Amino acid sequence: MNKLTVFAAGVCTTFLASAPFAFAAEKLTFYCSAQEEWCQVVSNGFQDATGIDVAMTRKSSGETFAQVKAEASNPKGDIWWGGTGDPHLQAAEEGLTEPYVSPMRSELNDWSISQATSADDKTIGIYSGALGYGYNTELLAANNLPEPACWKDLLKPEYKGHVQMANPNSSGTAYTTLATIIQLFGEDEGFEFMKGLHKNINQYTKSGSAPIKAAGRGENTIGIVFMHDAVAQAVAGFPIKVVAPCEGTGYEIGSMSIIKGARNLENAKKFYDWALSADAQSLALQVDAFQVPSNKGAKTSPMAPDLASIKLIDYDFVKYGSSDERKRLLKKWDDEVSVLPQ
Amino acid sequence: MNVKRLQEPAQLVLIFWIIIGWAGFLILPWYVVEDGLFSFDWLYDGYPFDTDYAPAVFLITQGEKFWLAPLLAPLVAVLMAIGRKKSDPLYPTLLIYSGLFGFAWLAFQGLGIGLRGWQFDWLEALFGPLDDRQFGMGYGALLLAAAFLFLFTQGIAARGAINGDVFVVSAIGGVIAVVSIFVFFPIGKMLVAAFITEDQTYSIAVFFSKFLDDRLWGISCLTGGGKCGVGWNSLFLAILVGFITTVLGLVFALVVTRTTFKYKQALRALTVLPIITPPFVIGLAIILLFGLSGSVTAFFADLFGVQATRWVYGLPGVLIAQTLAFTPIAFLVLIGVVEGVSPSMEEAAQTLRASKWQVFRTVSFPLMRPGLANAFLLGFIESMADFGNPLVLGGNYDVLSTEIFFAIVGAQYDQGQAAVLAIVLLAFTLGAFYAQRFWLGKKSYTTVSGKGDAGVHPSMPKGLAVPVYLIATAWAVFTVIVYGMIVYGSFVELWGVKNTLTFKHYITAFSFRIEDAGIRWTGAAWDSFWTTIKIAGISAPLTAALGLVTAYLLTRQTFRGKSAFEFGTMLSFAIPGTVIGVSYILAFNVPPLELTGTGIILVISFIFRNMPVGVRAGIASMTQLDKSLDESSLTLGANSWQTFRKVILPLMRPAILAALVYSFVRAMTAISAVIFLVSAEYDMATSYIIGRVENNDYGLAIAYSTTLIVVMLAAVGSMQLVVGRTKIGRRTSQSGVTV
Repeated sequence: MNKLTVFAAGVCTTFLASAPFAFAAEKLTFYCSAQEEWCQVVSNGFQDATGIDVAMTRKSSGETFAQVKAEASNPKGDIWWGGTGDPHLQAAEEGLTEPYVSPMRSELNDWSISQATSADDKTIGIYSGALGYGYNTELLAANNLPEPACWKDLLKPEYKGHVQMANPNSSGTAYTTLATIIQLFGEDEGFEFMKGLHKNINQYTKSGSAPIKAAGRGENTIGIVFMHDAVAQAVAGFPIKVVAPCEGTGYEIGSMSIIKGARNLENAKKFYDWALSADAQSLALQVDAFQVPSNKGAKTSPMAPDLASIKLIDYDFVKYGSSDERKRLLKKWDDEVSVLPQ
Repeated sequence: MNVKRLQEPAQLVLIFWIIIGWAGFLILPWYVVEDGLFSFDWLYDGYPFDTDYAPAVFLITQGEKFWLAPLLAPLVAVLMAIGRKKSDPLYPTLLIYSGLFGFAWLAFQGLGIGLRGWQFDWLEALFGPLDDRQFGMGYGALLLAAAFLFLFTQGIAARGAINGDVFVVSAIGGVIAVVSIFVFFPIGKMLVAAFITEDQTYSIAVFFSKFLDDRLWGISCLTGGGKCGVGWNSLFLAILVGFITTVLGLVFALVVTRTTFKYKQALRALTVLPIITPPFVIGLAIILLFGLSGSVTAFFADLFGVQATRWVYGLPGVLIAQTLAFTPIAFLVLIGVVEGVSPSMEEAAQTLRASKWQVFRTVSFPLMRPGLANAFLLGFIESMADFGNPLVLGGNYDVLSTEIFFAIVGAQYDQGQAAVLAIVLLAFTLGAFYAQRFWLGKKSYTTVSGKGDAGVHPSMPKGLAVPVYLIATAWAVFTVIVYGMIVYGSFVELWGVKNTLTFKHYITAFSFRIEDAGIRWTGAAWDSFWTTIKIAGISAPLTAALGLVTAYLLTRQTFRGKSAFEFGTMLSFAIPGTVIGVSYILAFNVPPLELTGTGIILVISFIFRNMPVGVRAGIASMTQLDKSLDESSLTLGANSWQTFRKVILPLMRPAILAALVYSFVRAMTAISAVIFLVSAEYDMATSYIIGRVENNDYGLAIAYSTTLIVVMLAAVGSMQLVVGRTKIGRRTSQSGVTV
């Protein structure tokens, strides 16, 4: 008889039978938005500390936010750790994340807790870093350019084609830059600044730290990035000098959130508490992550930019993190700045 | 004979599918088991009563999920077909209506009731609010669906369709079902997503405002100053790439088949390399050569005493990288065509005193038209879909594929925008697909017939040979340099900065320890490496199987709607990977088919991305097998399944292996769809490499890529050994395996 129908069916059924073998261990699905190595140590560190199996995905904070939002009706992730605070705040605003008050709060810096209270405890600060820029000393010398020290220096015509920043539409870092400039100079003057800067930009990159990486490789001269990213390039051996702009600068608060509807909520809370501990935060040093940890007791690197010595603005996370304001500013930037000839 | 077959009761197949259907309904968990069916935890965890693991029958008897109850009716009805003869008019009627109703109801309840109860407003209006919900379908539902489908096809066959051939009808039904579910359904979902506004209502105005946006169609670059729309950018780039790769591919095909060039084999080997190169790698090498601090740029800047520039970022860089990457594809298409032009025709022209140049211009070249059109189309589509090179080298030259990606993952997060862009991309590739068919028209290009065909191709005219040699040599040297850079890059400490040699990157990626419990894979790359091998290994045979069954149906059977069937199966060929990725996310993240985050979705995406190549390979080799072979087999009393398995399959070994190699290699190097579909547990090599590249960790990325290249070379090499070469007449065919 025709066994063949079985075969025909095989075509469409066998591949569905390739489901994974899994074991009934305690587990945690971990979305990580910091750099790969850091995610790895954190993931392994938690696994070692608790015996809970961690499945980690590393994606940028924008990508992770997109994923969490796409999965909102059927969450796959449990905890989201790292990445700039805005998408975390946005997730909190849109009810994608779960409120939690950790017993570890007494050990944290104030900025970390204020991040939490501004979002109804749906997110919390785990590290922070100031915005700035870095330049390739060799290229600067080769092109006989002066050393920049302030934001306004970047508008000088001699830097034309030498400055790189990310596109604020695709990168949280670049949006922080836009928001910082507006808070420093006011909205009108801030946009004039962005228009002036636009003339000197050689490329708006997609990813936030790409400008300084390009500068490290000698493919770009000045990159507007978070200072800890620039420091990491310098430590890696590239000829990069880090600049804290003289007018003052904005900063990010790297955050952590528990995803609403997490399938392993208890484990997510365990991770949350662990990630706020001094030991967990000291892991950053192993992987050359030079952000400032939120736990007061965590070790810091001497290479890390000292937030105390940098002139920081009073960054309004609530206002500039809200999706309405964000959309308005991005649209304005799109319409008024990005269309200008370079 | 067919009459005889119609009369015997088709009991075995029928009973088999009835059992499968009941098993799906009575025994297996109806919904997706979160830890995977094969963990078997569910057996001890409240099965069969717990709602999460219960089979449909337990759900219904416990008063839950009442909408599954109607499925019982067709299941009972088909029981009445057992024991009846196929000629009994009730037999097909029972099977057709039961199968159809069962399948339709299954689809309807799956689409109609989701995580938040009713999925459509009109259902709520009709039945009032529903205080229940359901998750994705699991193996129980899957078995039942398959059973309904194949009961239906048996019914159709019993009515006499395709001579009552159950195998052929079932194969057609199966292919239509899977292609509809995994190609048309997601694309349809995506089309709908383009009309959704921010507050989840539908609006045509929203679509048009996005579709007609200046950033898509702006032309201010022509008038000076501003940037052109990404639509134009993509189109311009793809046409350029399609044209250049076709010309270069033709050049190499001519060198290999029509000259006495000494290093043909080396040239062939070089052309395989870019195909098995993971994305980004070529782009990185080009930055190192032509970037602001690249060696070539620096050399010329010194030579002419000018300032080095970032000239390579933008159109030039992407163009160089894509030409390098896609020329081999054009070459592989064209070599078969150039070779296939029958020498008899050329000899005839020569006998009629045509000069070599006239022969080439009026005979050889026109006969190559289908190949040229195919090569152009491939280059065009590959360029449209390419994601890696524009990301690394694009500068401010934005193209659709990267824009789609950043519409989804960017800070703005706009699925609707991504869908609109994807539609534009799809329109371009489908447009090219049709333009190609139109250009070829209905002329015959067949030159290989069963008749005596023993000539040898004439050599090229001088005026053509010289430039062809020059171009081929230049390209070969360039490729060698690029790949030399790549290998070198994997062994240096910090590319471009600290040039001391080291094994560091290989150790970071691929270190392992031998412990009591076995080997412990400690390297950072192992996880994604094994996943990639596993996924590629699973999807390759399935792709080949589906492709060959489809090819068999297309070449050997005639049935109504065959051209629509062909279009459907070839459609995914014209769909860029980015579009597949987006549409799969939109379609398979929610019930009834909840596949995101699993390995299955990766396997499926590879199967349907690569299937058209399996189909093409199958068609090509099946048309070469004379139909009299099948007929003699059938006359001797074999049925179509036996003929397929015992006669056609063995003769098609080369095509099978080609399809296997191709899908294996593509599964290991693809990125455009994969980037959307990878998850924590199932990370693929290419997406891991992107992460490294993003992180400036070029050493590791390149070491990993080099390893993948070696692995794939080994795979391709062993396949070539197994297949050997086919010979047509006195010509040695070069097209043994087209990767």
